[in-house]
Amino acid sequence: MRDSVRFIRQGRVVELKSFGPTETLLDHLRLTERACGTKEGCNEGDCGACTVAVGTHEDGKVVYRPVNACILFVGQLDGKEIVTVEDIAGSGGLHPVQQAMVDHHGSQCGFCTPGIVMSLFALYQDAGRATPPPRAVIDEWLSGNLCRCTGYRPIVEAARTALSAPPDDMFTRSAEATGGVLQFLADAEDVFVGTDQRFFAAPRSVEALAALYERHPDATLVAGATDVGLWITKQFRPVEKVIHLGRVDGLDRIEDVGPAVIIGATATYEAATDALAGIDPDIGAVVRRIGSRQVRASGTIGGNIANGSPIGDTPPMLIALGATLELVSAKANRAVPLEDFFIAYGRQDRQPGEFVAGVLVPKLKAGQVFRAYKISKRFDQDISAVMGAFLFTLADGVITEARIAFGGLAGTPKRAAAVEARLIGVAPGSAAAWSPAMEAFAEDFQPLTDMRASAHYRLETARALLGKALLETAGAPTTRTRVIGQREARQEGAHVGA
Amino acid sequence: MSALESDPDGLRDDSQEGVFSVVRQPVRHDSAVKHVTGQAIYIDDMREPEGTLHVAPGFCRQIARGRFTAVDLDPVRAFPGVVTVLTAADVPGVNDCSPSIGGDPIFSEGVVEFWGQVVFAVVATTRDAARRAATLARFEVVTETPAITVADARAADIHVLPEYRFGRGDVEAVLADSPKRLDGRMVIGGQEHFYLEGQIAFALPGEDGDMHVHSSTQHPTEVQHLVAKALAVPDAAVTAEVRRMGGGFGGKESQASQWAVIAALAAAKTRRPCKLRLDRDDDMVMTGKRHDDVAEFAVGYDADGRVTATRMDFYARCGYSADLSLGVNDRTMFHADNAYFYPAVRILSQRLKTNTVSNTAFRGFGGPQGVLAAERMMDAIAVETGLDPLEVRKRNIYGPDRDVTPYGMKVEDNVLPEIIAELERTSDYAARRAEVKAFNSRNRILKKGLAFTPLKFGISFTLVHLNQAGALVHVYTDGSVHLNHGGTEMGQGLNTKVAQVVAEEFGLTLDRVKITATTTGKVPNTAPTAASSGTDINGMAAQIACRQIKARLVAFVANEFGTPEDQIAFRDGQVIIGNGSVPFTEVVKKAFIARIQLSSAGYYKTPKITWNRDRAEGRPFLYFAYGAACSEVTIDTMTGEMKVDRVDILHDVGKSLNPAIDIGQIEGGFVQGMGWVTTEELWWDDKGRLRTHAPSTYKIPCASDVPDAFNVALYDSPGNREITIFRSKAVGEPPLMLAASVFSAVFDAVASLKPGVIPPLDAPATPEAIMRAVTAMRRAEV
Repeated sequence: MRDSVRFIRQGRVVELKSFGPTETLLDHLRLTERACGTKEGCNEGDCGACTVAVGTHEDGKVVYRPVNACILFVGQLDGKEIVTVEDIAGSGGLHPVQQAMVDHHGSQCGFCTPGIVMSLFALYQDAGRATPPPRAVIDEWLSGNLCRCTGYRPIVEAARTALSAPPDDMFTRSAEATGGVLQFLADAEDVFVGTDQRFFAAPRSVEALAALYERHPDATLVAGATDVGLWITKQFRPVEKVIHLGRVDGLDRIEDVGPAVIIGATATYEAATDALAGIDPDIGAVVRRIGSRQVRASGTIGGNIANGSPIGDTPPMLIALGATLELVSAKANRAVPLEDFFIAYGRQDRQPGEFVAGVLVPKLKAGQVFRAYKISKRFDQDISAVMGAFLFTLADGVITEARIAFGGLAGTPKRAAAVEARLIGVAPGSAAAWSPAMEAFAEDFQPLTDMRASAHYRLETARALLGKALLETAGAPTTRTRVIGQREARQEGAHVGA
Repeated sequence: MSALESDPDGLRDDSQEGVFSVVRQPVRHDSAVKHVTGQAIYIDDMREPEGTLHVAPGFCRQIARGRFTAVDLDPVRAFPGVVTVLTAADVPGVNDCSPSIGGDPIFSEGVVEFWGQVVFAVVATTRDAARRAATLARFEVVTETPAITVADARAADIHVLPEYRFGRGDVEAVLADSPKRLDGRMVIGGQEHFYLEGQIAFALPGEDGDMHVHSSTQHPTEVQHLVAKALAVPDAAVTAEVRRMGGGFGGKESQASQWAVIAALAAAKTRRPCKLRLDRDDDMVMTGKRHDDVAEFAVGYDADGRVTATRMDFYARCGYSADLSLGVNDRTMFHADNAYFYPAVRILSQRLKTNTVSNTAFRGFGGPQGVLAAERMMDAIAVETGLDPLEVRKRNIYGPDRDVTPYGMKVEDNVLPEIIAELERTSDYAARRAEVKAFNSRNRILKKGLAFTPLKFGISFTLVHLNQAGALVHVYTDGSVHLNHGGTEMGQGLNTKVAQVVAEEFGLTLDRVKITATTTGKVPNTAPTAASSGTDINGMAAQIACRQIKARLVAFVANEFGTPEDQIAFRDGQVIIGNGSVPFTEVVKKAFIARIQLSSAGYYKTPKITWNRDRAEGRPFLYFAYGAACSEVTIDTMTGEMKVDRVDILHDVGKSLNPAIDIGQIEGGFVQGMGWVTTEELWWDDKGRLRTHAPSTYKIPCASDVPDAFNVALYDSPGNREITIFRSKAVGEPPLMLAASVFSAVFDAVASLKPGVIPPLDAPATPEAIMRAVTAMRRAEV
């Protein structure tokens, strides 16, 4: 048992023995270190002004990812390297990313700039990136950084300039040494900092997690903290016991088991993207629009399910695919069809001491067509007004089974049972045969009006998405049915994501 | 000197081509390196003196309108870390922080006029403690039905300010006689500023009741005055200072004051430094936004699509108080013509009172709402006549003998014909119009739209007395220069541009000019940095200060070297004296020894402006800035999703003082305007609570919303016709309105569904708004 967390800062190992269980990395930087280069813009992980890069050791390499420091707890940084905007200019002058931002007039008020520099810094370190990456990749890495002054054009130009050569800076040059330290920090100890009444814990094994959670069923499980972080910064919820899942061995597994893919509970969106996109490109396209690069580097598929949000983007897709949830506790393990896990708004089928270990996602079978659509006011980093996922099984040109699930239409992610039933025997291309299904939407859903959309728009759009899915299933090219996320473009190799 | 005789203000005519080494260069922002390394210091980054306390405002979360009959602050006071709680009773002076006619209490004394109105403030040892404690107050309330929407306020007939109107001709008679006529109505949404740095103030108490306030404000003078008024001390006891803001956009013109005043009240009461930084959600709930409007119009026109007469009515949601609504809504009226000549016209504006946060200045200051309505009129005429929308616009644009605005000012500097012709060519408008038509005939679900909109924007504060500025310039004996002026830096590059002016005047490199924080202690009685005027007026004031010092140096050098004054110049770090030269540094050393004053305060007031609001006559603007934009979009007629495919802009900044900074203002302003007309939607629930109070729910553009084909160019101007600083033009606000082209392009895409039917598209054009228009089109009879 270790009673501290340790991370690398500016080339040194820092050991913290005393910190609040929910103290954010941003407050640690700004209030404790007094390193004020990193800014607070929104304190909810949406604007990216607080972006810092976090280094981890993976497959023999040091990998840097942008994260939102405002909603990450400092304890979660155990075993990692924290790099802020103050740290990247070497003795030889500005970092290439900083220099390009200056040369291209990429800052005006300068308040978002540290975050933008750090997002681009993280992309800069990606050895596999193109030189320079295509615009879509730059946009994706900037999707979590709001700039209100520049209109982004000079920032994109700066990115193109800075990223026109492979990574070569003091971080690449010291990667081996950094990697060595990170490996040393990744010890086998369970971390427990605090008292039985107030603690930050990071168990190392599933068994240790189950035992700890059994002892403290009132503890809050935290994976990426992209949701729980807001409980603290916005809702002032009293969270005294934090169990961080990020160090639990094996919980982040991503495994191809032939007919299905298993996504461990702490696998981040980013880590799971390729496996999910492998099932169908639409899943990849939607996942790449969840949150931002920062959110996807921290947030997890398991968290997106476990928090039971009615507007999470992955549950409708996973439900349509027929995914099964794996729940574990000190006493027993059980599997639950994902659609049954969501009981009602804010209520899930999870017992005290029980945690989500993973989700088993079946792959498509022959004769199956999958489509997913996310509708939001803004394409990137927005929460859906409507999220629709469709799995059609076809034989002889007609639908023999339909699994359809929506987010944003009810208090939970929910299947459209009545609609599904009216689609059996329907040929997707014969629009005249759609009407019974279209009419059935009102049986399945009575959506609410809120700031994202009216009830009327939600229901009409749900119908439109079914229509779109049917048209596309019948063969309509998505170049004619979608303004973004066109499948043809993806199949031509315009792979988004570095 | 003859130049002085013909130029009593001491302003030489700069239009002649000189050789310039610092101005008109694409110099980078003075803080660029500090921005990218995290070394630029914003107020929250300043080292806190020992004992600093933190302040958080609290409000009654139950109601948007009504009264609280009792407040229990005991749970607030009992929270660990809380030092004291401030209420209206703790204001020694006047409990008001209005920038205009009053009605903005610092702390509510019992009446609640909007959800989020501040009632008290917690002072605590940590920010976290202050914020948590601020949620713990308990209120007993009497609820009244709030007026939230424009319709609510119109039904109740409640106003924050009287109606205002101007125009000319017998509009109703001409409308009745017009060959054609159409009526229109549109909703124009508001806009949250979303400056990345939220509102913040840091107050440090001094001796004798003095107060030094660091405030992220566009208007330090107003902060100074309001703090003094609240503390009941003379203005002279208060200093307001701002080195930089992390964005302003109008949102820190009047809206920064309340937080500065509360921080100062806390500092005065506790005798300790007090900092108040609003949480983002509080910021969005508690501070004003762009006015939203309902615009209604009737327009008569002939068979060629030329307007004969128009009647335009604007109904603005002003929120609960007057704030800056007078000037904002006047500017809506001043821009209801945009770039078009209305032979007979009557423009009316009602300033409606609603139980929502008081709406305020926002880049364009009401102008964008007027422009959007004018463009809708052009689009509607195009639909009705079947003419190309650009053709309709060209036929209605100001021109010879069609050059008087609805408010009587003659348009003398119109460069739109040239701008339109060039952009029409570079944007390849005609060919793309054909391509868009072809695309739309091939596609059933996806539809493209193309629009080309011009812009004319009046430059000067319409409140005449604000058109003045001061600067303070010191030359030290090592030849370095200390620059101070009344303008504030919010990212727009004002400090860089003014420093360029000073360096140019003295013939120095930019690194010899020290930019310093704006403070009421150095340059007093300043106007807000607003109305795009920052560089125009502060650049002039600085130039005048430099020239006063130069005049003394020239006289000294002429005497010392026996050289005529007109053979003395400042260039390349040297003072050129006849055929020889002496380093500037040596000259100033010698001048100091000779007891020559090396410091000067410059003062400038804008000439020619004579607007008389009561009589609705005179000249409100020194000049106009012009531009044009062409935008192409694709919409999905099943979901309402929309993507901007390409944007081309040509904009007039006169002779640019700094092309890099000006391009940045154009691009940034355009994208901000694009957000306003597309994704940025403010949404109140039926209880009057703003539910879009964070970036999770309020969506400003992000990188992927900006097309890769985003071509921005500066119009090759011969220079501002008026005598402005190095013949440049103001650029802060005008480009925002170029985004009307995006809105019109969406309109064009929807209009393609049924030729001859005017789409009832409202702003912002969210997916839902687009679908409403699409659905209405499908239902419409041709």
